[in-house]
Order: sequence, then C-alpha cells, then structure tokens
Amino acid sequence: MSAAQNAPGKPASGTPAAAAFATLFLLLPAGLVLGAAFLLPLARLFGLSGSMPAGVLAPYLELLGDDVYRKVFFNTVFFAIVVTAVTLVLGYPLALALARMRAGWRALFLLAVLMPLWISVLVRTFSWMLLLERNGPINRALIASGLTDTPMSLLFNKTGVLIGMVHVLLPYAVLPIFGAILRIDPALLRASEGLGAPRHVTFRRVLLPLSMRGVATAATFVFLLSLGFFITPALLGGASEITLSMLVENLVNERLAWPLAAAASVILLALTLALLAVAGRFLSPAAVAGVGR
Amino acid sequence: MSTVRFAGVSRRFLEITALHPTDLEVRDGEFLTLLGPSGSGKTTLLTICAGYLPPSGGRLFVGGRDVTDLAPRHRNIGMVFQNYALFPHMTVFENVAYGLRVRRVAAQELARRVGEALRMVQLDGFADRPVPMLSGGQQQRVALARAMVIEPDILLMDEPLGALDRQLRKEVQLEIRRMHVARPRTTIYVTHDQEEALVMSDRIAVMRAGRIVQAGSGRDLYERPADAFVARFLGESNLVAGTVQSLGDGRAVLAAPGIARPIAGRAAPGLAAGARAAALIRPEALRPEAGGLSARIVERVYLGELAALRLVLEGGHELWCRCFSAAAPGEDKVEIGWDATAVSILPEVNEP
Repeated sequence: MSAAQNAPGKPASGTPAAAAFATLFLLLPAGLVLGAAFLLPLARLFGLSGSMPAGVLAPYLELLGDDVYRKVFFNTVFFAIVVTAVTLVLGYPLALALARMRAGWRALFLLAVLMPLWISVLVRTFSWMLLLERNGPINRALIASGLTDTPMSLLFNKTGVLIGMVHVLLPYAVLPIFGAILRIDPALLRASEGLGAPRHVTFRRVLLPLSMRGVATAATFVFLLSLGFFITPALLGGASEITLSMLVENLVNERLAWPLAAAASVILLALTLALLAVAGRFLSPAAVAGVGR
Repeated sequence: MSTVRFAGVSRRFLEITALHPTDLEVRDGEFLTLLGPSGSGKTTLLTICAGYLPPSGGRLFVGGRDVTDLAPRHRNIGMVFQNYALFPHMTVFENVAYGLRVRRVAAQELARRVGEALRMVQLDGFADRPVPMLSGGQQQRVALARAMVIEPDILLMDEPLGALDRQLRKEVQLEIRRMHVARPRTTIYVTHDQEEALVMSDRIAVMRAGRIVQAGSGRDLYERPADAFVARFLGESNLVAGTVQSLGDGRAVLAAPGIARPIAGRAAPGLAAGARAAALIRPEALRPEAGGLSARIVERVYLGELAALRLVLEGGHELWCRCFSAAAPGEDKVEIGWDATAVSILPEVNEP
C-alpha cells in the first residue's frame, strides 16, 4: 500500500533487514576494538591455560587441588562477601540521607561521595597505609582516648584489606541505592504516613522494598569489583592475605607460570560471569523501569 | 463528630503567601469542594488539613479538638492523591489492607473489610492483581477503597479524577456522589473543574490567589456569584462593563455604554453608586424578544441538544446565547432581551 509507505515518521529504510544492517553498522567500530583488544587476548588466555604438557585440565586441577590455592579462592570470596555486606550497611543510610537532603546540601555531599573516585586508587591506598600504621594517627588516637593500651595491628592483615576495600568501593554502593530511593514517589511515603504507619513501618514496608533493586545493583557492583581487586589487597594485606588477582600477578611475574596464571584468570572470569548471570535476572532493564511507576 | 474548622489558617513559602488567613467550617458529613485555578491555594489548604504541611498561622480543629500539631498518622484521615500514590510493589488487596494492617486489625476482620471496600468500588475479583497492571480508572478506585476502608474521620481528595478521560470521569463523579449520599462522611475535595464541583458537592468554596472568595451551594454560586471571578469560574458568562446608576433594596441598575437600555439586576455586596461594575447575563437567560435590542448572529456552535450563538449588538458588544438547538432562530437578524431576575450586577475585580 502506497499510503503506508509514505506514512510520516517512518525512516526511509523501514524494512527489518535494512534496520538490522544499520544496527550492525553502528556496532562495527566498537566491535572491532573489542575483538582486537579483548576477545583475541581472551582466546589466547584460554589457549595458554591448556598448553601444559600434562593436559588441558592440568592447571585447573593443580589450582583447585592445592590447599594454598584454595585458601586464595576462599580469601577472595571472603573479602568480596564481607566488603559487600559492610558497604551496603554503611551505604544505605548514607544514600537515604543524601536523598532526603535539600538540593544545595545534596550537591555538596554528593561531591564528597564522588570525589574519592577521581583520585587514584593507588594514592588512596597509600594514604590508608599511613593512617593504619602501628604508630599512625589512628593508633595514636585510640591510645590517647584510652580505648586500647597497645597499638592495634590494622595493617597487613584482613582488617587492613577490609578497611581499604570498603573505603574504595563505598561510592559504588551509595550511588545505585541513592538513585533508587530518589525514584520513589514521595507521595507513597506520605500515603503510608497518612494511613497511620509509624516511620519504621513506612521504611520497612514501602521505602526498603521499593529501593531493593538499587541495593541489588549496588551489591552486584561491589561484589564483582571486589573479586578482581588488586592494588588495595596487595598493599594493605601483604603476603598473608593473597587474593586471586594477586595470585595471577605472582604466577606471571615471579614464577613465570603462564598456564597456571591463565587458568586462574579463567576461573576468576567464570566466577564473575556466573554471578552476573544470577544478578541479571534481578537487574533486567524492564524490571528496573517497572519499579519507578 | 467530624466537623473541620480552619481558624485563621495561613501559609507562607518564603516571601510568597500561598494561603491568606482563612476561616472555613466543614460540617459533619458534608462534602465540600475547594474550587479554583492552579495556584489559588486549594491544595495548600487540603495539605494542611491532612497534616503534611504545618500552617504558618492559625489553628485547625476536627470535632472541636485542636489537631494543628498532630502528625498525619494520628489524624485518622483518608487521603486520595492526585496520582493515586498506590504502592506499586503490592497487590490490590495489600494496598487496601495497608491501613488496617498498621492498625493491627485481626486477619479475619481485615479480609472481610477489604473485601467489602473492594465490592463498594466494584473491584471484587481484582484483589490479587498487582497494581501496575490496572487501568487508570481501576487504580483510582483502589485509591478510594484504600482511603475509605480505615473508616476515616475525614476524607481528603486532591484532584483524584484529573488523569481520567472525560467519560470515565463523569461515571466516577456520580459513583463518588452516590457513595457519599449512602454513607455521608466529612469530605474535602480539591478540583479546578467546575462541573466536577457542581456534580458532587454539598457546598463549594471558590478560591483565588490564596483566599476563599465565596462559599455556598452550587446554586448559590451560579445564581448569586459574589464577583465577576466567581461568575466566570462557574458556568459560561457574559459580562458587560459599565457604571452603577442606581442602587437600593438589593437591586442595582447598570448603565453600559453602547447598550441603549439600562441593565437592572440583583446587586452583589460591595457595589457603590457611580462605581464601575459589570452585569452578568448568563447565556441561557438571553432570548429572542420582540422590540428588544437588535443583534446579529455571527457564529453558531452546535452542541447537540443545545446551540451556542455568538451575538453582536448594535453597539458592538458581544454576547453568547445558549438555547435548545430546535428553538434556535433561523435568520441572523434578531431582537433579543433577557430575564431580568437572572441578571446580577457584580463589583469589578482586577484579574490577576
């Protein structure tokens, strides 16, 4: 029908095939870069991990069968879980406070949350080393306040790693939660209050459930970033708290065990993808959009 | 007893006065509509009544008790919000049950009362639907059921029909009216739609620039408006400007330049002899009259049963006339007059 072909608002290349071609064309540059810089090396990594004379699965078996390596896996997941939990517990009230502020104050505090992201992780981690030292300002303050007699060991152990990682990753927890709370219609909170609900009930039954997608996004961000974290655990944890990414670095730089390093990388990648698949079920764009209504 | 009394209630936002000191009493079981254009202070007054906004001055009494400093959750109000404010993560049942759960109503009674409320708004069978799946009209009724199920002392509604299409709006208006007649409950309703106000209210308070200009029954306001603003806001109106020629005994005569005969009518309060004023002649009060003012029909608008005619008088004045389509004059040259008992002489107001 000629009338339909001339319908206003329809692009000239209206057929599905042409539309698909246009989409492909638009994706081409990014696809080329991704292919050359990411997919090819990834394939090579897979290849490396299978290049041991003992067989394709040998490096994986070695990694998963050894107690030392298993402790590394455990450490990595342990840090990720604890850091995620702590950042959520610290981040939620912060995000809520931000969402409730007047515009002027909010801009200021939002800046305070974002600013650390503009400073190199390396610089921030070194700063923590200075703060957490045996004779650093934190220990001196603790002793001066009488809370402890002897300096606490805050560095080169789990405590140090956790403090540093929580600090670096906190903004990634705050921002999604803040966004989710901001999208909640304030009339819903007023409706709850008008129906007779005390504040804690409004929080538990309206605010918290409606911000859960933000919490899930935050948890996914922080957990995935924690799994691959390198600088902070390397500097604040030292030799006793090795994580997967530190292990890879060690295997490559110290031991030149490329197949093992590649296998460790593949395991980390598999772990990440598996988590993303689970999180994706909760974080589909349609589901996120459906909440704001 | 749920009489609501505003005593000198006012509200300022920084240097802007949203509501001048206002006195208003809503009787127990009365349906009162706050009618006015946007920015007239009607929602401010409602929000103060709900307790979401503290007044800058004055006190608010419900059933004789001073509730000015009472938090919303202690006021036992049912509020229907402009965009319904239904909880999107809950089913219809859970939305309606919310206020009862907060009040720790036992499960069996809760189910009975929610069921009853849903039947009242004709949504039985929808209890397990998630709210986002409902149409606008259905959501509106869930909001109504949620507000009513807690047996509130006062029902507050903030333009609850604004998002519905015209046909649905008319149906829901009548439904709300019927529910109110069946079970009268002190109700304050905010709208800018005059028809809505006329259909539902026992009494209407017309607001303008943070003040109540006039309060009364729809008929009072239509037939005896206090000024030209109210006249224009309720119904169609022809306003003819002039000066007051004589005044007395509740009647006034207006001399309008360009109109040969003086216009007599009911005198609104606030008129002074010799002052500028306006005559209100409702379109339906105009009629053909042999020996009347000669006029020309320059536009005919067919409205179905009624026809609207735009008339131009010899002096250049333009008047709208409404009559039954079947009775509309065929020729364009007419002589017209009006029912003198339906004319009001109103003080002039400076339009904002």
